[in-house]
Formats: sequence, C-alpha cells, structure tokens
Amino acid sequence: MAALLEVKQVWKEYGSSIVLEKLNLSVKEGEFCTIVGTSGCGKTTFLRMLLGEEGPTRGSLLLDGKPMPAEPGPDRGIVFQRYSVFPHMSVLDNVTFGLEVTRSPLLGRLFGGARRKARDEAAAMLAQVGLSQALERYPSELSGGMQQRLAIAQALIKKPRILLLDEPFGALDPGIRADMHALVLRLWKESGLTIFMITHDLKEGFKLGTRLLVFDKPRLDAQAPNRYGATITYDLAIDRQEPALLEEIQGAVTETSRFNDQQ
Amino acid sequence: MKKRIINRLPGQGAAAVLGLLPFLLLLLAYAWGSQVRLEANPEDKLLPALSSLAAAVERVALEPNRRTGELQLWADTAASLQRLGIGLAVASLLALVTGLATGMVPYVRAALAPFVRVLSMVPPMAILPILFIVFGLGELSKVVLVVLGIAPCMMRDLQQRVMELPSEQLVKAQTLGAHSGQILWRVVMPQTLPRLIDSLRLNLGPAFLFLIAAEAIAAESGLGYRIFLVRRYLAMDTILPYVVWITLLAFLMDMALRGVSRWAFPWFHQGKERA
Repeated sequence: MAALLEVKQVWKEYGSSIVLEKLNLSVKEGEFCTIVGTSGCGKTTFLRMLLGEEGPTRGSLLLDGKPMPAEPGPDRGIVFQRYSVFPHMSVLDNVTFGLEVTRSPLLGRLFGGARRKARDEAAAMLAQVGLSQALERYPSELSGGMQQRLAIAQALIKKPRILLLDEPFGALDPGIRADMHALVLRLWKESGLTIFMITHDLKEGFKLGTRLLVFDKPRLDAQAPNRYGATITYDLAIDRQEPALLEEIQGAVTETSRFNDQQ
Repeated sequence: MKKRIINRLPGQGAAAVLGLLPFLLLLLAYAWGSQVRLEANPEDKLLPALSSLAAAVERVALEPNRRTGELQLWADTAASLQRLGIGLAVASLLALVTGLATGMVPYVRAALAPFVRVLSMVPPMAILPILFIVFGLGELSKVVLVVLGIAPCMMRDLQQRVMELPSEQLVKAQTLGAHSGQILWRVVMPQTLPRLIDSLRLNLGPAFLFLIAAEAIAAESGLGYRIFLVRRYLAMDTILPYVVWITLLAFLMDMALRGVSRWAFPWFHQGKERA
C-alpha cells in the first residue's frame, strides 16, 4: 500500500534558526502516530506543516503522492488544546456548521428540510461523543472535557482522512483524560482514520498510538542553540514497548528540556 | 479577624447606597451653594434655586414656545437625537465593514490600515469649518462631523477585535471546508457584532461632544444649540437641566446598548458578568 503521508528530507528554518532538520517519515493510512518531545522541538511546527499553514523550507511533504496543499482543508481535521470550537454557536450548530458550508456554498446556512437533515446528522455525531444532553448549550457552559468532545465531533463530521490532535487533553483532569483516551481509541478503530497526536505525556503517547515519534535535538550546542534543529530521534512501533526504552527516551527528552531551560 | 482594605467587599445594599452617595452630595452642595448666593443677592443667576430650575424645566418641557409654538425641550431633543442617531448608525456601519475587511484580509489591511490610522489622528474639530464650507450649514455637516469624529477610532478598534479572534478558530473553519466568505459570514461577523456594540458604547461620549460642538456653532435647533443660545442671557436655569438631560440620554443609550448586547449575544457575556 502506498503511503498516505510522505516526508522527505524536510528542513524548516526561520531566518538563521533551524527548527526542524533532515525529517524523513512515511505514514500509512490508518496509523495512529503519537508525537512527543519537549517544547521548542518543532512538534507544533510539524503539525502546522501538516495543516498547510506552513511549508517546508527544503525537502518535500507529500499527501497521497501530491504536494501538501498550502492551506488547511477538509481532508485534514484538527483539534487544538483550546479555542477549537466557535463560542457563538450552540453545541449542535458547531457540528452542523461543517455540513452547512459544503451543502450551502454561498451562505453556509441551510433552511427547512435540508437544515433538519443536517442537524439530525450532527446530533447523531454528538451522540457518539456523549454530548446528546448538551445540544443547545453554548461552549462556555461546557466543561473542558466536554468542549474537547465537541471539538472532536466537529472535526469528525467532515470525515477527514487525517485527524490532527494538538495536545488535546493537556488541560484536562486525569480521570477525564482517561475517558477521552477511550473515546479517541474507539472513534479511531471505527473510522479507520489516520491520527497524528501531539502530547507532552510520554505515557499517553505509548498508551494511545500504534507508532511513537519522538522529536528531539540530537545536537545541543550552548554557543549556538538554534544552529541545529530537531528531528525524529525515535520512530517505533508501539507493540515492542519496553520499560527500558521508555526510560531511555524520557532521559533524552529531559536532557533537551533542561538545556532549553538554561538558554 | 481584620482584613486588608483591598479584601473587604461591600454588600449589595451598601454598594447601592455608596453608589448614590456622590450624587446626593453633589445635589446637597448645589442646594447649599445656591442658598448662600441667593441670600447675598436675590438677583444672582449663577446658581438658581432648585425651585427655579424646576420651573424652567416645566417651561421648556410642557409649555409651547411663544415664538415657534413647539415644546422646546422635546423639539431640541428630537433634532439632536436624529443627528446623533444617523451619525452613530453610519459610523457603526463603516466601522463594521472596514474593521472586518482590514481585520480579515491581509491585502486590504496593507492597503487601508495605515490610512485609517492617519485618518484617526485628524482632529475632527479642526475640519469642522471645512465641513460647513463643503456641506453647508444644514443637517449634513453635523452628521458628518459625528461620523468623522468617531468612525476612524471605531474602525481601528474593530480591526483589532477581529484580529484578536483566536487563529485556531479560523484554521478550524478552514479544516471544515469553509471558504473566506463563509468564514466572514458565519464565524467572524457574528463574533464582531457584540464587540461593535462595545465600541459604540465607548464612543457615545465623543459622539455627543461632536454633536454639541457642531450645534453650538451653527444650528437652529438641538440641545447644544439651545445651551449656547441661552448662555448669552446667563440662563443657568435652562443650561443646567439641559446638561442633566443630555447626560441622562447618554446614560440611557449606554444601558440600552448593553441590554441589546446581552439579549442578542448571551454567549458573549457568559463568564464575564461585569461592567
């Protein structure tokens, strides 16, 4: 099977500072890639490149064998840590919106039977994430966990091929986080999505993904901290998870973290 | 246990009494000052007694003017509010359109934002003579002064508010397949409207300032016209009630706008129940 996403020798530079270097990656449809690494190691930059918000400085980024579009589109859904949902729309409208924009190209608003049908579909999607009781509420009336469920439902209604999760559960309580893990795993298995999820939590990365990508700086130079970029230092299938390996990665990542902290 | 003063909170009743206190004190100070001056000189016009203020209010509000046959206060109010209303409406519309365009579209921002920034620095009063020359002494020049006085600041404010919307929302809308027009129509504009009302509320004061300034210089009716007309006769008994009336009007308009915003945009006010 051909790869869904192909990253070949990608570099990303801002002026003289190198964020990512020598990035190579090939991801097949249906993989669940978790991305870990310390702050400033290009995880978010990589995600923005997958979204199309940023292009690579050098190298190529291929989606289905074609260059990645230069702006976000409906084939790549996203859930951010915050601000993913529209505060001025009810829960139901937030999800219906995705259907309305394609079915009503001019106004992005449906009426009558078409509107009822779209709302029914949205309500069914919301039932899958457990928000049936909150259809008419505004996001500000929801807890953090419910807002993230809403953001996931909102993204999935478009049936994207890739779902990007940018530390989606970072701000949630531990118990809620476990519920969300179960939800994401269920939706992933049911839909056959390809997921990229950024997380700070190595354990979370191991628990959820089928493949773990560690973004780290292989070279730390105190004289020129931005001279060397981060790259993927570990790329492993998670079924061969060993405690020693987890510890090794944690050690390497923490070292970079301390280094960054002292700059 | 004794708390620091920054940690002591007044109860609801106490807050209401405290809020009224400065008004009462001002009223008392006026009544006392007026009494002292009138005792010294019964012809004093500077601080008329509260009773003569009441009589003047009755005269301007309830008795037809001997020359024109109109109820003066209401005719003046209607003339002023019409000018102000048109001015505020036009300024809001301009601010909304420009703010959305410059806030959302980088090319429009590059073309217009510097111009608007410079425009907002033009002192409106300095171009009032130009307005009188170009638009004549009629209604138009007064409305244009109100518009030119507040619209540039509102445009800048709205542009800022639009750009403050989290970029995550715009990215999200794009990943849901929305095009620029749909993002404008369904995501950005609905969230800009309550911010437009906020901006309008903050600009009510300046709007009244420019209205009264224009009326003072050339008009045949209006609240500002009346105040500056009767100034020649030191008619404090008319001026003071007019000032209170204008203040009350501005206050009520502010309250009404706040009410509209809460009713129409409940999501905007949740979680920040203040101000």
